[in-house]
Amino acid sequence: MEERDFSFGMCEEQRTMKETIARLVKGVVTDNAHDMDEKKAIPSEFIQKVWELGATISPIPEEYGGYGMEYSPIMNTIILEELAAGDMALAIAATLPSSFLYPILEMGTDEQKKKYIPPYCDGTYRPCTVAINEPRFKFDAVSLETKAVKKGGSYVITGEKCFVPMAKDSGHMLVAADLDGKGQLFIVSKDNPGVTIGEREKNLGLYALETYPVTFENCEVPEADRLGGSGGCDYAKFLQKSRIALSAIGTGVSRASFEYARDYSKERVQFGEPIASRQSIAFMIAEMAYEVDGMRLLTWKAASALEAGKDAKRESYLAKIFAGDATMKITDYGVQILGGHGFIRDHPVERYYRNGRGIAILEGMATV
Amino acid sequence: MINIEPTRKMIEVRNSINNLAKGVLRPIARKYDVNEHEYPKELEMFRSIKIMGGKKKKKEGDDAPKSDKPAPKKLGTNLSTVISIEEMCWGDAGLLLSLPNAGLGNAAIAAVATDEQMERFGNKWAAMAITEPGSGSDSGSITATARLEGDEWVLNGEKIFVTCADRCDVVVVWATVDKKAGKSGIKSFVVEKDRPGFKLEKLEHKLGIRASDTGTFVLSDCRIPRSNLLGSEEVKTATEGFKGVMKTFDNTRPLVASMALGITRASLDFTREKMEESGITLDYEKNLNNVSSLEKDFYLMEANLEAMRLLTWRAAWMADNGEFNNLEASMSKAKAGRWGTLITQKCCDLLGPLGYTQDHLAEKWMRDSKIMDIFEGTGQIQHLIVARNVLDFSSKQLK
Repeated sequence: MEERDFSFGMCEEQRTMKETIARLVKGVVTDNAHDMDEKKAIPSEFIQKVWELGATISPIPEEYGGYGMEYSPIMNTIILEELAAGDMALAIAATLPSSFLYPILEMGTDEQKKKYIPPYCDGTYRPCTVAINEPRFKFDAVSLETKAVKKGGSYVITGEKCFVPMAKDSGHMLVAADLDGKGQLFIVSKDNPGVTIGEREKNLGLYALETYPVTFENCEVPEADRLGGSGGCDYAKFLQKSRIALSAIGTGVSRASFEYARDYSKERVQFGEPIASRQSIAFMIAEMAYEVDGMRLLTWKAASALEAGKDAKRESYLAKIFAGDATMKITDYGVQILGGHGFIRDHPVERYYRNGRGIAILEGMATV
Repeated sequence: MINIEPTRKMIEVRNSINNLAKGVLRPIARKYDVNEHEYPKELEMFRSIKIMGGKKKKKEGDDAPKSDKPAPKKLGTNLSTVISIEEMCWGDAGLLLSLPNAGLGNAAIAAVATDEQMERFGNKWAAMAITEPGSGSDSGSITATARLEGDEWVLNGEKIFVTCADRCDVVVVWATVDKKAGKSGIKSFVVEKDRPGFKLEKLEHKLGIRASDTGTFVLSDCRIPRSNLLGSEEVKTATEGFKGVMKTFDNTRPLVASMALGITRASLDFTREKMEESGITLDYEKNLNNVSSLEKDFYLMEANLEAMRLLTWRAAWMADNGEFNNLEASMSKAKAGRWGTLITQKCCDLLGPLGYTQDHLAEKWMRDSKIMDIFEGTGQIQHLIVARNVLDFSSKQLK
């Protein structure tokens, strides 16, 4: 592979994409994020607007209904950060099909690609989802308690999943399960009789995002629907990509909190001057600024490794734990700088604080 | 196009300097920590090697393509320097600061010297004297004076915390030619060590970087030729001149950040080695809730080290690309200075008795790293600069 120039700068294409999403976010999302959160729903036309940008299906080959453009993890982190700077719930919902389609595209068999990708490469957004998280203490995406057992020509999946985004409307989901001590992914249809989708969950954050618990009881999946066929898939790679994606989303949420608190601190006057004129506030603002940048750079670093065709295990892990930690700190500062006003839901910093908590906890909800 | 995967060239530089640091600096790190102020003669071999600064004047025609072949991927001076410094400080930071002919004064001379000055001072070891007992972060408030008498400048004042004070040949001294002019009256002068009236008063005993000789100079009616002034004699009404001087900090701050990086990495590498010896493997896989507190601390420190490095590399890369990097330079030093301190402290904690004894270097790294959050602008000054930048506040709006 030809070596690329080392660069922290965006190229024309990256800048254009960033600006396009930023415009959309500013015009559609920013003013409505509060409403979406209160009403606990994302209007489908918002998701459709993001979908129409075509970013998700752009790297999918034309033969499967995509545009056959270059696949770029870095571009995907740029997109996720911008969307999440508008609203984290929307960022996850609007890009959700990527989490189902990209692993199939990358690791699926030809039959799986032909069968599952084209129906979702449509002009209209059609949800398909991933089931990774499990509702238990000490949950770990690398040691799953949802089990897959080989039985004749199929696998039987048993276990419980939670935080499955848009499970109710999704035709298919990619389910992570332990097979002989190792994580694997299975393509499961919503209509499978072994699948039970529970009541919509109520969570700390992401009120606008529909998430569901899903139970698998003797859920029989044909061998042909094990991702990658009988040889299986590289589940670790799947996790790497979702970790990078969550870091990008964390960067977006944190940036939103930083920018809001920064602007507020210039306007808010106490003791006769803007509170930003006091070092105790200004230093928090400074820290937010460089931690947001640090988070973004770690995300780009991990995505750069992927683009160079390298393994990003260490980089994606470090990016995610940094983002998880830093997002908590930054979104906390956001609330703190606004003081009592930060505690009131009229200001978005309280939502960023709740949503941001998810970065460290959630796994697999987005991909690059 | 964004790509922050290190290039082969960057890895080459890193590896070759690391070999040097491992072979030459690390083995004598403790020796010169214990024997404070003793000249590390082993460093003589570096007299001709440029690790820090030392901008070479470009010869005409250098930019012309030499053949039809595509140009090899270039590695900018600033980026290559921060990579090198990280490695050198992984070896030993105090020794890096003691490299012959590589003082901060050398960087200042290289930046503004005339050809004639370059001829006279280019091959000298030049220290930098800015700080005074009453003037630290507020370097605009210095009181050392220079007055012109005929063809000579007469300098008076006291300068403290001068790095390489004992070993240098010349000192770049900051003094004001006109107190009423405020910051714009501040000029820098090259003072040779043997000038009458120029006295090295004492050498300090420090918390860390003990291999580096830090001293105090007293100038009493010290006379130097008029041509020893660096830059223009003219006192401008605006503070442009002073701003120019401060701008050089945009280039040096990432260098200090990379020093913090090197020490911090040394500390983490040693901690990792001890963890692995005791059977702990870091697999970068498990949820942080499912690893020991020791491992969790380690992972988070490593992630922060990575953030320190990327912020530093970004500032250096911007400088190489001619981008204004005042904000990014201060971000890198704010992050690296503070986290270098926190991480080297924490490593001692994780190492337990191995982190407290002088049998190992961890205790030394904890002492060495502290200065990185202090010199070339304290962490607090960096936070002020970052905050003013992102708030778009003047120094009056945010004091």
